[in-house]
Amino acid sequence: MFLRKIATVVALTTLASSVWAGCGISEGRVSIVGNEFPAIQTVGAGAMECAGGGVTVEKNLTADHQKINVPGMQGNPAEFTTAIVANSSIVALMNNDVIRPLDDLVAKHGQGLKKSQLITVNGNIMGVAFMANAQHLVFRTDILDQLGIAPPTTYEEMLVAAANIRASGLMDNPVGGAYKAGWNLAEEFVNMYIGQGGQFFEPGSAKIAVNNQHGVDALHMMRALSNFMNPDFLTHDSNATSAEWKAGNVAIMNMWGSRVGPLKSDEVDPAVANNTDIAGPMTVGGGSTPASTLWWDGWTVSKNISDADAEATFIAMMHAIRPEMLNDETSPLAVWLIDGYQPTDAAKGVFAAAAMGTTPYPMLPYAGLMHSAAGAELVDFMQGKETASQALADLEAAYTTAAKEKGYL
Amino acid sequence: MNHKTFFWFFFPTALAMILFIALPLTSIVSQSFHAPHEEVLLVAEICDPFGCETESTIDHQATEQLKQDKPLGRWVGFEIYADRQHLAFKEVAQFWQSRPSFTGFISSLNNLPFYRAMGFTLTYVIVVTPLVILFGLIIALAVNSLHRHLKGLMVFFSLLPMIVTPLVGSLILFWMIDARGIIGSGLQEIFSDPNLSLKASTGLTWITLIVYGVWHSAPFAFIVFYAGLQTVPKETLESAMIDGATRFQQVIHVVVPHLAPLVAFVALIQLMDNFRVFEPIVGFSAEAHATSLSWIIWNDIGQEIRLLSSAATTSVLTIIGVVILLTPVLIRTWREFNPEK
Repeated sequence: MFLRKIATVVALTTLASSVWAGCGISEGRVSIVGNEFPAIQTVGAGAMECAGGGVTVEKNLTADHQKINVPGMQGNPAEFTTAIVANSSIVALMNNDVIRPLDDLVAKHGQGLKKSQLITVNGNIMGVAFMANAQHLVFRTDILDQLGIAPPTTYEEMLVAAANIRASGLMDNPVGGAYKAGWNLAEEFVNMYIGQGGQFFEPGSAKIAVNNQHGVDALHMMRALSNFMNPDFLTHDSNATSAEWKAGNVAIMNMWGSRVGPLKSDEVDPAVANNTDIAGPMTVGGGSTPASTLWWDGWTVSKNISDADAEATFIAMMHAIRPEMLNDETSPLAVWLIDGYQPTDAAKGVFAAAAMGTTPYPMLPYAGLMHSAAGAELVDFMQGKETASQALADLEAAYTTAAKEKGYL
Repeated sequence: MNHKTFFWFFFPTALAMILFIALPLTSIVSQSFHAPHEEVLLVAEICDPFGCETESTIDHQATEQLKQDKPLGRWVGFEIYADRQHLAFKEVAQFWQSRPSFTGFISSLNNLPFYRAMGFTLTYVIVVTPLVILFGLIIALAVNSLHRHLKGLMVFFSLLPMIVTPLVGSLILFWMIDARGIIGSGLQEIFSDPNLSLKASTGLTWITLIVYGVWHSAPFAFIVFYAGLQTVPKETLESAMIDGATRFQQVIHVVVPHLAPLVAFVALIQLMDNFRVFEPIVGFSAEAHATSLSWIIWNDIGQEIRLLSSAATTSVLTIIGVVILLTPVLIRTWREFNPEK
């Protein structure tokens, strides 16, 4: 009896070890920090498969990842061996010099990667992208069909559609939007300002230049949209906006492609889920560039860890994004950049965004300072307490103060 | 007690005070006079899945030596204290010179982050502190007059708001006051205004935060006063009763004077706590309407931008603010314990 138990345990251990041996690492420490939406959860779970034997794999996937990744990578050895980042957040890691070039590791273990997946700075590989994302139109087919409205392609059409829906009495506040004061509101401003054709900085300098007609027009459009939103819009982030959508209170919104999957899941009222459709991002003010930004998500490897841990981390993350991880369940979660990905219906919004020439979010060392200043200084305008040009002047002043402190100006 | 005994008696406390109070203070004060070194930017070709672009990036090699030699950064003196995100001397002077009226001056001050935060923080302190003391006293008197079998249970229930973690308590209330939550839609029903939203107006948000603050802190005042009530001399109360004092007169003339030192204590703690109001602002997502100095610190270090010097400066200003606020209470306490001969 005792022997049989031992035999079972041994057999199970061997089985387990043969699983981790599948990743091709025998020892090392892997510790992941990253955002927490479903696609990234999938990648995190993929890396966890490499745990076992001499390999430890930990993951800390949280919406607060941007607050902890730099401090967690500055120590030596770093707490996190890899950070899953996007085009905005990789900048903070590069600014603080906490990630390592991956050229040798890509040459050794990165055969499956496509060249377009590699994030390079002056030819040095700094990260590996695995998915693309963008905000685009999400709409309720039943509501629009009932009123004979075509899905809007411009924000001006969105305003007309919103007025029609409100007038019909079907919904009081038909427009949704992640306008929460802070990061979300700033992101919507970035979208709208790019759509109006604006440039954030004077060319080749860290000097901000948003207090112009493009900025004023962008803000006025945001305020016009907010008139059709839930009055609490300044407290609604993507989660709260998704909840409004699921509750059937909203008919049109600009939303992240990676958030659409959950809106159509089985848990949502079928009347909402089955009538939720998506299209490309909208343009604004007669411009041709969509009022949206293109994003990639990818992973990096810490600088302040041993080469052995870096190698183990690289291999585990490569395992997490291997082509075999794509299946019916994972494919609709994102627009994967991984070889062998077949676009699903949930991806058409992001693909349309790319096809329309949407601008990628700027990867500038000081873009984060501008974003954060916008999140704080634009709320007075959104509440009707000050003029658009006053809000933009405040934004410029707040940015300039922060940029001086940080040594960019 | 001789000096040696006193030294060893006091040593652990002194050590803890140096480690946990003096050293962090030195650290933030020195940080607030320094800013990161000026960065050298270089133009690099950055390629990602969407193509290649020439953009600015930081040249780490150029400043590596400098950063190693002076890890604290460059000395900036009071520059950060004076900048727009803090005391904003230049902007304030400008507003004063071009003021249309005094109220116009105040409302333009509201445009500067520091003064906007001070506006809410001081209102919060001034309103919440007396209300907490008042409600704490009322609850303590009410519980104290209950039958002894009920007292234990009531003390427990009265303490609940304080036991709940501030962030969790405010999040629960946040969802209850949502336009679709039980309190939010209840209020819409009562005032028959379907567009009434506690989160959309600055005034109502302030009231919500203040109500929350009183709800959360009143149990603290209650438990202190309740303990004090157990020591009210029975003889004095009885003689007051014989003299024909009503219950209200007994409270005003006997109980309250007896509890006066405790009122000073609660006021001291509450002034300090309320000046650092933070969790409800995060919990209620109220940053569009109300900010506080603690919220500014959190916002500066919490994001990817990490403005450490700015956060350190705001921390120093918070400490100065607490000291100013506490001075009258401290002077009073000092006089009470050192009566003039």
